[in-house]
Amino acid sequence: MASPMEQFEVTPIVPLHLGNLDISFTNASLWMCIVAGATALFLTMGASSRRLVPTRMQSIAEISYVFIADMIRSAAGIEGLKFFPFVFTLFMFVLFSNLIGLFPLIHPFTVTSHIIVTFALAIFVFLMVIVVGLARHGLHFFSIFAPKVPFVMLIVLIPIEIVSFLSRPISLSVRLFANMLAGHTMLYVFGTFVIGLATAGGVLSLISVMPLLAIIAVAALEFLIAFLQAYVFAILTCIYLNDALHLHEHH
Amino acid sequence: MDVEAARYLGAGLASIALIGAGVGIGIIFGNYLSGALRNPGAAQGQFTNLLVGFALCEFTGLLGVVMAFIILFT
Repeated sequence: MASPMEQFEVTPIVPLHLGNLDISFTNASLWMCIVAGATALFLTMGASSRRLVPTRMQSIAEISYVFIADMIRSAAGIEGLKFFPFVFTLFMFVLFSNLIGLFPLIHPFTVTSHIIVTFALAIFVFLMVIVVGLARHGLHFFSIFAPKVPFVMLIVLIPIEIVSFLSRPISLSVRLFANMLAGHTMLYVFGTFVIGLATAGGVLSLISVMPLLAIIAVAALEFLIAFLQAYVFAILTCIYLNDALHLHEHH
Repeated sequence: MDVEAARYLGAGLASIALIGAGVGIGIIFGNYLSGALRNPGAAQGQFTNLLVGFALCEFTGLLGVVMAFIILFT
Protein backbone atom coordinates (compact mmCIF):
# COMPACT_ATOMS: atom_id res chain seq x y z
CA MET A 1 0.00 0.00 0.00
CA ALA A 2 1.28 3.46 -0.90
CA SER A 3 2.28 5.82 1.89
CA PRO A 4 -0.37 8.35 3.00
CA MET A 5 2.18 11.03 2.13
CA GLU A 6 2.25 10.08 -1.54
CA GLN A 7 -0.64 12.43 -2.35
CA PHE A 8 1.54 15.44 -1.42
CA GLU A 9 4.37 14.57 -3.78
CA VAL A 10 5.40 17.26 -6.23
CA THR A 11 6.08 15.77 -9.65
CA PRO A 12 7.28 17.73 -12.68
CA ILE A 13 4.98 17.87 -15.69
CA VAL A 14 7.19 19.97 -17.96
CA PRO A 15 10.82 19.62 -16.79
CA LEU A 16 12.71 22.93 -17.04
CA HIS A 17 16.19 23.76 -15.82
CA LEU A 18 17.85 27.12 -15.47
CA GLY A 19 21.48 26.44 -14.64
CA ASN A 20 21.38 24.53 -11.39
CA LEU A 21 17.87 25.71 -10.61
CA ASP A 22 14.98 23.34 -11.13
CA ILE A 23 12.11 25.52 -12.38
CA SER A 24 9.97 22.69 -13.76
CA PHE A 25 6.27 23.22 -14.27
CA THR A 26 4.98 20.79 -11.64
CA ASN A 27 1.57 19.53 -10.61
CA ALA A 28 1.75 22.11 -7.80
CA SER A 29 2.14 24.92 -10.34
CA LEU A 30 -0.66 23.48 -12.45
CA TRP A 31 -3.10 23.36 -9.54
CA MET A 32 -2.10 26.82 -8.38
CA CYS A 33 -2.97 28.11 -11.86
CA ILE A 34 -6.27 26.24 -11.70
CA VAL A 35 -7.07 27.77 -8.31
CA ALA A 36 -6.25 31.28 -9.49
CA GLY A 37 -8.26 30.73 -12.68
CA ALA A 38 -11.25 29.31 -10.81
CA THR A 39 -11.26 32.25 -8.38
CA ALA A 40 -11.04 34.79 -11.18
CA LEU A 41 -13.73 33.00 -13.20
CA PHE A 42 -16.06 32.73 -10.20
CA LEU A 43 -15.79 36.40 -9.29
CA THR A 44 -15.95 37.68 -12.87
CA MET A 45 -19.05 35.63 -13.56
CA GLY A 46 -20.53 36.73 -10.25
CA ALA A 47 -19.89 40.39 -10.89
CA SER A 48 -20.77 40.48 -14.58
CA SER A 49 -24.56 40.10 -14.40
CA ARG A 50 -25.22 42.97 -11.92
CA ARG A 51 -28.90 42.33 -11.61
CA LEU A 52 -31.11 43.95 -9.01
CA VAL A 53 -32.39 40.50 -8.06
CA PRO A 54 -29.12 38.56 -8.02
CA THR A 55 -28.56 35.19 -9.60
CA ARG A 56 -27.09 32.46 -7.41
CA MET A 57 -23.58 33.15 -8.66
CA GLN A 58 -23.89 36.90 -8.13
CA SER A 59 -25.37 36.31 -4.70
CA ILE A 60 -22.44 34.19 -3.53
CA ALA A 61 -19.92 36.70 -4.92
CA GLU A 62 -21.74 39.55 -3.14
CA ILE A 63 -21.97 37.62 0.12
CA SER A 64 -18.24 36.89 0.12
CA TYR A 65 -17.50 40.55 -0.63
CA VAL A 66 -19.70 41.84 2.19
CA PHE A 67 -18.43 39.14 4.55
CA ILE A 68 -14.79 40.17 4.14
CA ALA A 69 -15.60 43.89 4.17
CA ASP A 70 -17.49 43.49 7.48
CA MET A 71 -14.66 41.43 8.91
CA ILE A 72 -12.05 44.08 8.07
CA ARG A 73 -14.26 46.86 9.43
CA SER A 74 -14.75 45.11 12.75
CA ALA A 75 -11.14 43.95 13.14
CA ALA A 76 -9.10 46.85 11.70
CA GLY A 77 -11.53 49.78 11.60
CA ILE A 78 -12.49 51.97 8.64
CA GLU A 79 -8.86 52.63 7.73
CA GLY A 80 -8.34 48.90 7.28
CA LEU A 81 -10.68 48.97 4.28
CA LYS A 82 -7.79 50.34 2.21
CA PHE A 83 -6.39 46.83 2.40
CA PHE A 84 -9.62 45.18 1.29
CA PRO A 85 -8.26 43.99 -2.11
CA PHE A 86 -5.27 42.37 -0.44
CA VAL A 87 -7.22 40.58 2.29
CA PHE A 88 -9.96 39.54 -0.12
CA THR A 89 -7.42 38.08 -2.56
CA LEU A 90 -5.71 36.18 0.24
CA PHE A 91 -9.00 34.84 1.56
CA MET A 92 -10.31 33.75 -1.85
CA PHE A 93 -7.02 32.11 -2.83
CA VAL A 94 -6.71 30.14 0.40
CA LEU A 95 -10.40 29.22 0.42
CA PHE A 96 -10.40 28.03 -3.20
CA SER A 97 -7.20 26.03 -2.89
CA ASN A 98 -8.55 24.37 0.26
CA LEU A 99 -11.88 23.58 -1.38
CA ILE A 100 -10.51 22.46 -4.75
CA GLY A 101 -8.10 20.18 -2.87
CA LEU A 102 -11.12 18.37 -1.42
CA PHE A 103 -12.64 17.46 -4.80
CA PRO A 104 -12.99 13.71 -5.21
CA LEU A 105 -12.16 11.67 -8.35
CA ILE A 106 -9.95 14.19 -10.18
CA HIS A 107 -7.01 13.70 -7.73
CA PRO A 108 -6.43 17.36 -7.03
CA PHE A 109 -3.29 18.71 -5.47
CA THR A 110 -3.91 20.84 -2.39
CA VAL A 111 -1.67 23.84 -2.90
CA THR A 112 -1.96 24.97 0.72
CA SER A 113 -0.77 21.59 2.04
CA HIS A 114 2.80 22.68 1.29
CA ILE A 115 4.52 24.84 3.85
CA ILE A 116 6.47 26.78 1.26
CA VAL A 117 3.23 28.10 -0.27
CA THR A 118 1.64 29.08 3.05
CA PHE A 119 4.92 30.49 4.32
CA ALA A 120 5.27 32.66 1.22
CA LEU A 121 1.77 34.06 1.91
CA ALA A 122 2.51 34.54 5.61
CA ILE A 123 5.88 36.24 5.16
CA PHE A 124 4.27 38.62 2.68
CA VAL A 125 1.65 39.55 5.29
CA PHE A 126 4.37 39.94 7.93
CA LEU A 127 6.54 42.21 5.78
CA MET A 128 3.56 44.26 4.69
CA VAL A 129 2.53 44.84 8.30
CA ILE A 130 6.02 46.13 9.09
CA VAL A 131 6.09 48.39 6.01
CA VAL A 132 2.61 49.77 6.75
CA GLY A 133 3.53 50.36 10.40
CA LEU A 134 6.80 52.12 9.57
CA ALA A 135 5.23 54.23 6.83
CA ARG A 136 2.42 55.34 9.14
CA HIS A 137 4.14 55.83 12.48
CA GLY A 138 7.83 56.07 11.58
CA LEU A 139 10.11 54.86 14.36
CA HIS A 140 7.24 55.23 16.81
CA PHE A 141 6.04 51.92 15.32
CA PHE A 142 8.46 50.09 17.62
CA SER A 143 6.34 51.07 20.62
CA ILE A 144 4.24 48.09 19.46
CA PHE A 145 6.67 46.05 21.57
CA ALA A 146 6.01 48.09 24.72
CA PRO A 147 2.49 47.79 26.11
CA LYS A 148 1.25 50.45 28.54
CA VAL A 149 2.33 48.82 31.80
CA PRO A 150 4.55 49.82 34.77
CA PHE A 151 8.19 50.17 33.84
CA VAL A 152 9.41 47.11 35.76
CA MET A 153 7.05 44.88 33.80
CA LEU A 154 8.52 46.09 30.52
CA ILE A 155 11.77 44.24 31.19
CA VAL A 156 9.85 40.99 31.04
CA LEU A 157 7.26 41.98 28.47
CA ILE A 158 9.40 43.46 25.70
CA PRO A 159 11.28 40.21 24.93
CA ILE A 160 7.99 38.29 25.01
CA GLU A 161 6.36 40.78 22.65
CA ILE A 162 9.32 40.62 20.25
CA VAL A 163 9.29 36.82 20.18
CA SER A 164 5.52 36.72 19.69
CA PHE A 165 5.79 39.29 16.89
CA LEU A 166 8.54 37.33 15.12
CA SER A 167 6.69 34.03 15.45
CA ARG A 168 3.65 35.43 13.59
CA PRO A 169 4.62 34.25 10.08
CA ILE A 170 5.54 30.81 11.44
CA SER A 171 2.29 30.33 13.33
CA LEU A 172 0.24 31.73 10.43
CA SER A 173 1.81 29.39 7.87
CA VAL A 174 2.18 26.25 9.98
CA ARG A 175 -1.46 26.42 11.09
CA LEU A 176 -2.82 26.37 7.56
CA PHE A 177 -0.30 23.85 6.25
CA ALA A 178 -0.65 21.41 9.17
CA ASN A 179 -4.44 21.55 9.05
CA MET A 180 -4.52 20.68 5.37
CA LEU A 181 -1.82 18.02 5.71
CA ALA A 182 -3.46 16.38 8.72
CA GLY A 183 -6.93 16.48 7.13
CA HIS A 184 -5.89 14.87 3.86
CA THR A 185 -3.75 12.27 5.63
CA MET A 186 -6.69 11.38 7.86
CA LEU A 187 -8.99 10.93 4.85
CA TYR A 188 -6.40 8.70 3.20
CA VAL A 189 -5.89 6.56 6.32
CA PHE A 190 -9.64 6.04 6.72
CA GLY A 191 -9.77 5.16 3.02
CA THR A 192 -7.19 2.40 3.49
CA PHE A 193 -9.33 1.03 6.37
CA VAL A 194 -12.31 0.70 4.02
CA ILE A 195 -10.32 -1.05 1.28
CA GLY A 196 -8.47 -3.29 3.72
CA LEU A 197 -11.65 -4.43 5.46
CA ALA A 198 -13.74 -4.80 2.31
CA THR A 199 -11.18 -7.03 0.63
CA ALA A 200 -10.68 -9.12 3.79
CA GLY A 201 -13.99 -10.93 3.13
CA GLY A 202 -16.59 -12.40 5.50
CA VAL A 203 -17.82 -10.37 8.47
CA LEU A 204 -14.99 -7.89 8.01
CA SER A 205 -16.46 -6.75 4.69
CA LEU A 206 -19.65 -5.78 6.51
CA ILE A 207 -17.69 -3.85 9.12
CA SER A 208 -16.07 -1.81 6.33
CA VAL A 209 -19.26 0.29 6.25
CA MET A 210 -18.23 1.89 9.53
CA PRO A 211 -15.02 3.57 8.34
CA LEU A 212 -16.92 4.56 5.18
CA LEU A 213 -19.46 6.44 7.31
CA ALA A 214 -16.56 7.94 9.25
CA ILE A 215 -15.05 9.19 5.97
CA ILE A 216 -18.29 11.00 5.13
CA ALA A 217 -18.28 12.70 8.53
CA VAL A 218 -14.60 13.56 8.25
CA ALA A 219 -15.08 14.94 4.74
CA ALA A 220 -17.87 17.20 6.02
CA LEU A 221 -15.58 18.34 8.82
CA GLU A 222 -12.84 19.01 6.27
CA PHE A 223 -15.12 21.36 4.34
CA LEU A 224 -15.78 23.25 7.57
CA ILE A 225 -12.05 23.39 8.31
CA ALA A 226 -11.27 24.50 4.75
CA PHE A 227 -13.51 27.52 5.25
CA LEU A 228 -12.48 28.13 8.86
CA GLN A 229 -8.76 28.14 8.09
CA ALA A 230 -9.22 30.59 5.22
CA TYR A 231 -11.28 32.78 7.57
CA VAL A 232 -8.70 32.53 10.38
CA PHE A 233 -5.91 33.38 7.94
CA ALA A 234 -7.79 36.47 6.75
CA ILE A 235 -8.85 37.65 10.20
CA LEU A 236 -5.37 37.26 11.66
CA THR A 237 -4.08 39.34 8.75
CA CYS A 238 -6.63 42.00 9.71
CA ILE A 239 -5.63 41.87 13.37
CA TYR A 240 -1.96 42.26 12.48
CA LEU A 241 -2.85 45.16 10.19
CA ASN A 242 -4.85 46.70 13.02
CA ASP A 243 -1.79 46.50 15.27
CA ALA A 244 0.29 48.27 12.65
CA LEU A 245 -2.35 50.91 11.94
CA HIS A 246 -3.41 51.75 15.48
CA LEU A 247 -0.56 50.41 17.64
CA HIS A 248 -2.07 49.89 21.07
CA GLU A 249 -5.16 52.07 21.06
CA HIS A 250 -8.45 50.47 20.19
CA HIS A 251 -10.22 51.88 17.17
CA MET B 1 17.30 0.20 20.57
CA ASP B 2 16.73 0.08 16.86
CA VAL B 3 16.77 3.55 15.28
CA GLU B 4 13.60 2.83 13.31
CA ALA B 5 11.77 1.74 16.48
CA ALA B 6 12.96 4.80 18.37
CA ARG B 7 11.72 6.97 15.52
CA TYR B 8 8.21 5.54 15.70
CA LEU B 9 8.19 5.89 19.49
CA GLY B 10 9.27 9.51 19.16
CA ALA B 11 6.53 10.25 16.64
CA GLY B 12 3.99 8.70 18.99
CA LEU B 13 5.27 10.74 21.91
CA ALA B 14 5.10 13.92 19.83
CA SER B 15 1.39 13.26 19.30
CA ILE B 16 0.82 13.73 23.05
CA ALA B 17 0.74 17.46 22.25
CA LEU B 18 -2.77 16.86 20.88
CA ILE B 19 -4.08 16.20 24.41
CA GLY B 20 -3.32 19.77 25.37
CA ALA B 21 -4.83 21.15 22.18
CA GLY B 22 -8.00 19.12 22.73
CA VAL B 23 -8.39 20.32 26.33
CA GLY B 24 -7.67 23.91 25.30
CA ILE B 25 -10.16 23.97 22.42
CA GLY B 26 -12.77 22.42 24.71
CA ILE B 27 -12.21 25.10 27.33
CA ILE B 28 -12.42 27.89 24.75
CA PHE B 29 -15.67 26.72 23.17
CA GLY B 30 -17.18 25.67 26.50
CA ASN B 31 -16.51 29.02 28.10
CA TYR B 32 -17.76 30.87 25.03
CA LEU B 33 -20.97 28.87 25.11
CA SER B 34 -21.57 29.43 28.82
CA GLY B 35 -20.86 33.13 28.38
CA ALA B 36 -23.12 33.30 25.33
CA LEU B 37 -25.99 31.64 27.19
CA ARG B 38 -25.71 34.13 30.04
CA ASN B 39 -25.57 37.13 27.75
CA PRO B 40 -26.67 36.24 24.21
CA GLY B 41 -26.57 39.89 23.17
CA ALA B 42 -22.82 40.14 23.61
CA ALA B 43 -22.09 36.76 22.02
CA GLN B 44 -21.89 37.97 18.41
CA GLY B 45 -19.32 40.61 19.24
CA GLN B 46 -16.96 38.07 20.75
CA PHE B 47 -17.10 35.60 17.87
CA THR B 48 -13.87 36.93 16.38
CA ASN B 49 -12.06 36.53 19.68
CA LEU B 50 -13.42 33.00 19.89
CA LEU B 51 -11.97 32.05 16.52
CA VAL B 52 -8.65 33.71 17.22
CA GLY B 53 -8.38 31.88 20.53
CA PHE B 54 -9.30 28.66 18.80
CA ALA B 55 -6.65 29.24 16.13
CA LEU B 56 -3.90 30.03 18.63
CA CYS B 57 -4.80 27.03 20.74
CA GLU B 58 -4.99 24.67 17.80
CA PHE B 59 -1.57 25.79 16.66
CA THR B 60 0.14 24.39 19.77
CA GLY B 61 -1.31 20.97 19.05
CA LEU B 62 -0.42 21.17 15.38
CA LEU B 63 3.20 21.86 16.28
CA GLY B 64 3.22 18.41 17.84
CA VAL B 65 1.83 16.88 14.66
CA VAL B 66 4.41 18.66 12.54
CA MET B 67 7.10 17.39 14.90
CA ALA B 68 5.81 13.85 14.44
CA PHE B 69 5.88 14.27 10.64
CA ILE B 70 9.42 15.60 10.75
CA ILE B 71 10.53 12.65 12.87
CA LEU B 72 8.81 10.14 10.60
CA PHE B 73 9.66 11.49 7.16
CA THR B 74 13.13 13.01 7.36
